[in-house]
Amino acid sequence: MAAPESPRTWPGTGLTRVPYWVYQDEPNYRAELRHIFEGPVWNFVCLESDVARPGAFRTTFVGEMPVIVVRAEDGRINAFENRCAHRGALIALDDAGSAKHFQCVYHAWTYDLCGNLTGIAFEKGSNGRGGMPPGFRKGEHGPRKLRTASLHGLVFATLAADAPPLEAYLGDDIRVRIARVLRKPVRVLGRFVQALPNNWKLYVENVKDTYHASLLHAFFGTFRITRLTQGGGVLVSADGGHHASTTINRPEDRVSTAYRDQGIRSEREGYRLLDPTLLDGVDEFGDGIQLQILTVFPNFVLQQIQNCLAVRQVLPKGPGAMELHWTYFGFDDDDPTMQRRRLKQSNLVGPAGYVSMEDGCVGGFVQRGAAAAAQELSIVNMGGDAAESQETRATEASVRGFWKAYRRYMGY
Amino acid sequence: MSATDLAAAGLQLRLAQLNADYARALDDDRMEEWPEFFTDPCLYVITTADNQRHGHTAGIVYADSQGMLRDRVAALRQANVYERQAYRHVVGLPAVRGEADSLVRVETAFLVVRIMRDGRMDLFATGRYLDALVDEGGALRFRERMVVCDNNRFDTLLAIPL
Repeated sequence: MAAPESPRTWPGTGLTRVPYWVYQDEPNYRAELRHIFEGPVWNFVCLESDVARPGAFRTTFVGEMPVIVVRAEDGRINAFENRCAHRGALIALDDAGSAKHFQCVYHAWTYDLCGNLTGIAFEKGSNGRGGMPPGFRKGEHGPRKLRTASLHGLVFATLAADAPPLEAYLGDDIRVRIARVLRKPVRVLGRFVQALPNNWKLYVENVKDTYHASLLHAFFGTFRITRLTQGGGVLVSADGGHHASTTINRPEDRVSTAYRDQGIRSEREGYRLLDPTLLDGVDEFGDGIQLQILTVFPNFVLQQIQNCLAVRQVLPKGPGAMELHWTYFGFDDDDPTMQRRRLKQSNLVGPAGYVSMEDGCVGGFVQRGAAAAAQELSIVNMGGDAAESQETRATEASVRGFWKAYRRYMGY
Repeated sequence: MSATDLAAAGLQLRLAQLNADYARALDDDRMEEWPEFFTDPCLYVITTADNQRHGHTAGIVYADSQGMLRDRVAALRQANVYERQAYRHVVGLPAVRGEADSLVRVETAFLVVRIMRDGRMDLFATGRYLDALVDEGGALRFRERMVVCDNNRFDTLLAIPL
């Protein structure tokens, strides 16, 4: 891709230092919307099951661009800007629904399920007067269309003609890790939105940061859901942008005292659940992986924490704000016991999650802490200076991977 | 006033008092008393009107035993990290929706204001409590409290039960 024009100069060439202006600067944020979200990336937009039948639609965002995702009569999933070609009003006003066509409420301009402008109210005027000029061609006007691609029940969209095919964009390693979880038809269990007081990248970094998980989250560490001393590792895609971290349960970890020996806060002696059914997990994927957190650049997270499954969509809302859209899910063939297990384990995630609540506030701590430090640099040095897969989670390799991809898209 | 009316007024007064006690326990930072408002087993779920409309059963908090409620309190007190904050619960008048099999079904509106450590104050949540209560030896307890928020968006995190 051609290097875009960058509003700033990146300090240095390595991946281990990140300037704080990148979380604050308005021109940089505008450039991100253009070069990343509206650029040659694949944005997660919805689940395939959200638009299961022809006419079923969902409205969402690609960066800040409002988008309609809809299944057409021919079974294809289309996506187009939720903006009337006439005066720019939203075309669809609901989060989801079913439509034969879309009509803007402002002046009743009509669109088909492919986003083509098909009707203009009073196009020929009234009583021979008014109307659109004879030379106006409806086919030349319409909201911007996005290309969509589905994979393992996930729908992604891109605005860029030069985006690689989705499978190539993800790469085999990541695709296999997605397929591992999304191996059969899903059933949505709940949707929640968490408004976070920080730049979107602080959240994405947090998800990729395997180093923090058992340090910030005392709940995780104490109950040994994930600890850096447990087995597992982090997979970083070749371009750096995507990652998958895994935790595998090992019996010998039960006696490890590495945390206590270092006096780390997250180790709480004697803290036990009165009702341990919360953590009554089963190895439903049959591979011993207790936890897998996967990201696709720039805005997608797939989460398996024991049997608690969710997708998370990251939506930027200005340099200092974002929304996290959670969709909790199970599978169509879950029996009542598994359903209940998932509902209980969902206490771990979301805005009140025993684990996730801290990810909701820590980005804001950075945003506020670094408010006057635009020219200072944060340190991303754990596990060296490369952005490659590692057999440990005591590393920031996948965070460096994020910056590697980010700088390429941004031309830094 | 008939005997039935008197009984209804008496029940409503008890429900209002219960909600007032519940709100004060949470707002006065006596969270440890909160599980005692429930039976064991019980069902306490914080969800949204939107999820309820679509038949989605997950909540941002889901507890089906008093132990799970106590675990929630223990985690908030001992494990979880968040900035110091307080809630102010303002609870409406309880509307009795039905009585059957010694269960009283009640719907009550609520509004929760969040006060941050720096003094900032925001409307955090509004919604309805959909309750099923039982009389346990003269004390009304929640067999079920569905906290159905009108808002589907939660700012930052939920630090205190609703």
